[in-house]
Amino acid sequence: MSADVPTYLDGNAAAGALREVFAVDLTAAIGKCTGCGHSAVFAEAHVYVDAPGMVARCPGCDNVLLRVVSTPNDTYLDLRGLTYLRISNTP
Amino acid sequence: MGIISPGFTGRGRSGSDLPPGQYLTQDFPVLSAGPTPHVLPEHWEFTIATESGEMHRWDWAAFQRLPAEEITRDLHCVTRWSKLATDWKGVSLDALFEDVETAADFVMAHSYGGYTTNLPLEDLLDGQAWIAYQYDGEPLAAEHGGPARLLVPHLYLWKSAKWVRGLVLSDTDDLGFWETAGYHEYGDPWKEQRYAGD
Repeated sequence: MSADVPTYLDGNAAAGALREVFAVDLTAAIGKCTGCGHSAVFAEAHVYVDAPGMVARCPGCDNVLLRVVSTPNDTYLDLRGLTYLRISNTP
Repeated sequence: MGIISPGFTGRGRSGSDLPPGQYLTQDFPVLSAGPTPHVLPEHWEFTIATESGEMHRWDWAAFQRLPAEEITRDLHCVTRWSKLATDWKGVSLDALFEDVETAADFVMAHSYGGYTTNLPLEDLLDGQAWIAYQYDGEPLAAEHGGPARLLVPHLYLWKSAKWVRGLVLSDTDDLGFWETAGYHEYGDPWKEQRYAGD
């Protein structure tokens, strides 16, 4: 394996898709990775959009944090790579 | 003036060759759900694990000694692009399964980088699938799945796992990376099986 030219965007690229599902802006939320335990603002995630769905990966270990697939009838949201999302209650 | 006009290159292929809902592209778009693995051939290994746990292994040298085939097939991506008459070189799955004893019906393909996709075993045999390592006469680029990828061109391209490292045989049709997130378990482009339930 060798170094790679990044093909991802930052977590802000997920804002639109997540706004379709959540009533709050998740890009400012703190997410904890189930893979390595790294906690970071979701905006720091590596987001891959040139794919059949949107995939957000941990900036520390590349574990999949979140996947969003929109079909004509449903939106599939897979959050299993996140131990939690910590969302501030203060505006 | 010659008999054949300079622009004539044979009977063109048009949208009539495409499965429903697809458009034709001349490019070769790169889709990826994660960082591109860069696996050197000397570190590459391909395995087939049977349902009884028996493991068959090929390193790059052993893989290269298997009979290779030239393959020309159309590709159909679930994101709606199709690319016609693509040229590949690879090893037929029939050759790789020659000494594999199994009664399993299903396969999970695993890739370097963690990607998975599920297929019926019968869709990998009888000249329908290959482990491809050349595209257009050149070693397969990492961005397209090199050093070697699964090629199952009669199904949507997400089934042709890039950077493939092994197949695990199973009696059950477990779901892979995209199949667990709403994509169809089989993915026949001619039946437009894009999403679960199509």
